[in-house]
Amino acid sequence: MSDDLYREQILEHYKNPHHFGELPDADITQEGDNPLCGDVITFYLKLDDGRLGDVRFRGRGCAISQASASMLTDLIVGKPLQELKAFPTKDLLEELGIQISPARMKCATLSVNTLRVALNGDVPEED
Amino acid sequence: MIQTRPLTAEAARADFPIMGRRVNGKPLIYLDSAATSQKPAVVIDIMDDYYRRYNANPHRGVYAISEEATAAYESARQRVATFINAASPKEVIFTRNTTEAINLVRYSWGRANIQAGARILLTEMEHHSNLVPWQLLAQEVRATLSFLCIDDDGLLELEQLDRQLEGVKLLAITHQSNTLGTINPIKAVAEAAHRAGALVLVDGAQAVPHMPVDVQDLGVDFYAFSGHKMCGPTGIGVLWARRSLLESMPPFLGGGDMIKRVRLNEATWNDLPWKFEAGTPSVAEGIGLGAAVDYLTQFGMDRIRSHERTLVDYALEKLQEVPGITIYGPRDSELHGGAISFTLANIHPHDLATLVDREGIAVRAGHHCTQPLMDRLGVAATTRASFYIYNRVDEVDQLVTGIQKAQKVFA
Repeated sequence: MSDDLYREQILEHYKNPHHFGELPDADITQEGDNPLCGDVITFYLKLDDGRLGDVRFRGRGCAISQASASMLTDLIVGKPLQELKAFPTKDLLEELGIQISPARMKCATLSVNTLRVALNGDVPEED
Repeated sequence: MIQTRPLTAEAARADFPIMGRRVNGKPLIYLDSAATSQKPAVVIDIMDDYYRRYNANPHRGVYAISEEATAAYESARQRVATFINAASPKEVIFTRNTTEAINLVRYSWGRANIQAGARILLTEMEHHSNLVPWQLLAQEVRATLSFLCIDDDGLLELEQLDRQLEGVKLLAITHQSNTLGTINPIKAVAEAAHRAGALVLVDGAQAVPHMPVDVQDLGVDFYAFSGHKMCGPTGIGVLWARRSLLESMPPFLGGGDMIKRVRLNEATWNDLPWKFEAGTPSVAEGIGLGAAVDYLTQFGMDRIRSHERTLVDYALEKLQEVPGITIYGPRDSELHGGAISFTLANIHPHDLATLVDREGIAVRAGHHCTQPLMDRLGVAATTRASFYIYNRVDEVDQLVTGIQKAQKVFA
């Protein structure tokens, strides 16, 4: 794990987010937010025969929340929905590859929590 | 008699053990005193001394150390009364903090005096602690809330004040905005409120630590503040109210210490101030607050205010030079206390706070418990730098350098 919270890859995702935008024919649209920070994110999910056919997101907030959403879209596109319903938070944190302080954890996990709400209708407690 | 001392940040810093701390390898630059102030050794030591030498439950112990605890605790109340120029220490109710003081008024005075259809007037800049209690009371008794708006400089719009006060039973207003730094004209507003037949509650959490406050001169009815923002410990706050008003109010919390005579089905209430202080009080914290009042008094509150004005003038000037910055609140330090909120064009406040933390600089980022004010400003969050007696002008320079470094990261 790098201790550089704002390493190049994070900033690159923040400035040029992957899968940024909307899907007009999305099957699921899900908004999530951290009212305490003001981070907001909306996922647009297109389902395709039990898989996530396509994904887009829109959002605004801190670099950690937005880069994490961008990275998550890369990790989930094309994957079976069954798998994504239990997408482990730790996989996203590993992809971020940085030490997240407790105060910033909500920023880092907003995207994956919003994905879980989109696919399950709730957020199961993390271990 | 408290010996007076000239105020310099350098001299004050030596009184605060935490100022020797390094954070991320850099000397701590603490710019978050609006959230909580640091504590001088005299406050830490006096609380330690209580626990080591005369820890006992005050007020009815007939043995020596209980009497010592009672004397120290009540002496702190006397000093707080003098500090805010209360007519009597009986008017100084110790609470847990500002929030509890405001909730005391909500439950005691509010429930007895605010009826269905009554109006409570607030402002757009209130901290949640002076907003949510009134929302809850209004829902409970079916009263209505209305709000004084702010202009683009973060000042209250008071042209229509007399009209807005019509039919109002309570005006609840902050003395100094924790987010904008705006100092509100409490005396004038209170006069107008009284002409309209309303009582006035002031949230003084950001004012008492930073400027001279004379509750009698302000002419208000309730005044609430916290110990931990004025060099005192957490867990102790104050509600001041005029004695006649407190006498007329029903108790807040029931229990020990607040009673005079208890029978199985009824009780009578203790005298002021203890009528509003149920249960074993925060003894060490009260004693600590007394020491904090003495500590501030040796400098003089007018000197503390002018020290902070110097910092605010300098910070407003330096921050304005930062490209892409938006500064909120009044431009004139006469109306601007020691807290400055700002946003940067391309950096979220949380990212900025994290990046300057690496330089040892503690600033707050977020909504500062003023979400309606954030909505009014059209932002999700701001970064806030706030000052106190131990801050130096060069720390403002370090903040500006920290911001410039953050801007390079995000360039």
